[in-house]
Amino acid sequence: MRIKRTRPLSLSLRVMLFVMLAIGLSLLLISRLVLSTVERHFVEQDVDELRVMIAAIEHTIAQNNKDLTDLHLSLSSAISGHHGVFYEVEDESGGVLFSSEGASFPSVVSGVGQLTEVDVSNLKLWTIDDRTYRGVVISTSIAGRQYQISSALDMEFHRNFLDAFEKSLWLILLGAGGITLLATWLGVYQGLRPLRGVSQSVRTIQTNKLDTRLDLATVPVELQDLVISFNQMIEQLEAGFIKLSHFSDDIAHEIRTPLTNMITQTQVGLSRKRGESDYRELLYSVLEEQERLNKMVNDMLWLAKSEHGLIKLNNTLVDLQDEFESLFDFFDAFADERHVSLTINSNKIKVQCDKDLLKRALTNLLSNAIYHSAKDGVVKVNLSENQHLVEITIENTGPAIEPVHLTRIFDRFYRVDPSRQRNLEGVGLGLAIVKSVIQAHGGQIAVLSNANITRFTVQLPRASLG
Amino acid sequence: MRLLVVEDETKTGDYLRQGLTEAGFQVALARNGLDGHHLAMTESFDLIILDVMLPDVDGWRILKSLRDAKHSTPVLFLTARDSVDDRVKGLELGADDYLIKPFAFVEVLARVRSLLRRTQTLVTQEELKVADLEINLLKRRVVRAGKRINLSHKEFCLLELLMRHQGEVLPRSIIASQVWDMNFDSDTNVIDVAIRRLRSKIDDEFEPKLIHTVRGMGYKLELEQNFED
Repeated sequence: MRIKRTRPLSLSLRVMLFVMLAIGLSLLLISRLVLSTVERHFVEQDVDELRVMIAAIEHTIAQNNKDLTDLHLSLSSAISGHHGVFYEVEDESGGVLFSSEGASFPSVVSGVGQLTEVDVSNLKLWTIDDRTYRGVVISTSIAGRQYQISSALDMEFHRNFLDAFEKSLWLILLGAGGITLLATWLGVYQGLRPLRGVSQSVRTIQTNKLDTRLDLATVPVELQDLVISFNQMIEQLEAGFIKLSHFSDDIAHEIRTPLTNMITQTQVGLSRKRGESDYRELLYSVLEEQERLNKMVNDMLWLAKSEHGLIKLNNTLVDLQDEFESLFDFFDAFADERHVSLTINSNKIKVQCDKDLLKRALTNLLSNAIYHSAKDGVVKVNLSENQHLVEITIENTGPAIEPVHLTRIFDRFYRVDPSRQRNLEGVGLGLAIVKSVIQAHGGQIAVLSNANITRFTVQLPRASLG
Repeated sequence: MRLLVVEDETKTGDYLRQGLTEAGFQVALARNGLDGHHLAMTESFDLIILDVMLPDVDGWRILKSLRDAKHSTPVLFLTARDSVDDRVKGLELGADDYLIKPFAFVEVLARVRSLLRRTQTLVTQEELKVADLEINLLKRRVVRAGKRINLSHKEFCLLELLMRHQGEVLPRSIIASQVWDMNFDSDTNVIDVAIRRLRSKIDDEFEPKLIHTVRGMGYKLELEQNFED
């Protein structure tokens, strides 16, 4: 089944979206602030204007309160200088003393009553016939008589101005936003340039140039982690590659030696007529080389499989002490002949593992320990366990393995002493197999060697994998 | 004893036939699955050696047909893939034993003999005797030329194995597996040392020598003067 996976958003797009959101929000906020300030300013202006108007009306009333006709006349001219201004004056009985042309106050406004001062908070806003007005109704007492003065301003002028102002404000803000986004995009593009540089350098690395490393000094801080990781990866690849090519060389060598032997022997054997026993000898000799080759190929196949995780573990609960006792049985005669004694120190320790595989690994370690043990030496096995793992140590007395060999001792075909007899140590795959068996079980193996002892330590998880 | 070998690889088939014939068996060789199937179902054999990787009718089919028809002929199958799955499959289908290619001929011979022996009525022998060497299996006592010889437990097992298979070459792998339960390519030097030690007790002070090294193949216990040692 294929899982469809969408590609994550591009980095530029992410940054752009984020900036867009931030700029959009702040521009929106700025526009609201500017508009409300302007609006408030207008309201204050209106309040001033209404105050002036009402003061003028009061003044007029105070001077002409004797004669109604005079008053009417004076009132109509009192605020003649003002444009878009409407007012109405009522006496205490509710009779309209004067109403400017076009004045029309809805009941919501006139009903408020009893205000004596014009203030921002008591202004009213209303709309009649698509025109908006702002006004106030004031009660005032002049020369002992009560008057109610309603006054209003036509807002059309303000509205028009505000609309135009809002429009141009939006245009300016949109422009600013656009420029910021463009700058951001340029910044991101520029900012990602070192990344393209890294990518370019990476592209030049090929299998024959694995020693190339990216220069840490030429990249910005943000990319240093990436470059460090990349360099580490290349380093590992290089090590693996070198190992692999050594491995191929070794295989070629290990295969060529027995093949050359067989070819030479057969050629010499056939070079003249011989007796039956000579031919038999020749065949035996060839057979030995063939078996050697066969074993090597089997071992290599096994290693290749384990490297690809193809080894299936057939796990059972194995009593390690029992296993070691039977292994000691197996090595009894062999160790005896070499004057090496085998000892074990343990409790009953059980571990989940593939019995045959583990035995194969342990056999290998034991046989190595016996081979390399000094004469009259001791091979000591120690089993211990804790909550998480089981530890097996196998140590032998004898000369130290030099540190330079210790690091490579688990490598395929690696021999501590290259001149050492071939048949004695097999082809040098033993410890590689041991290691992969232990690793297949999720365990670890380590080696330590000093002047007195050489010790292999195997750690297996209590609950094995697989 | 009549054997059927079903093997499509020409050289392997030829050598199996030659080797087994020379070891004293009558051998019928089928070079493909169809012939093999036909022979197995129509004629009677004491044992069938079956390659499971055949181009036409594969070994599993032949094995299944045999068992479905209630033929209990022992079957030794050969598998090139040393995967556990294959072995399990073969044994589940009713095969008696298996060998992983490439195999040593001595190993084939040893397995064939042991399978044939298994089908014969098992006589519980109390004593085994070769020349003047006698062992008592119940008392675990070894006597040669009238002299009592002390052997360790494993030495006795080793000697018993060699005596039971007298005259047959036992490869080291079979010795390791039967005596020490080591079912993998173990260190063959260890077997050699164990044999050497057994020899020092059984053969060194006596004539004729009974335990023989067969170079490149293994060991056998036999009373045979002419064998090249």
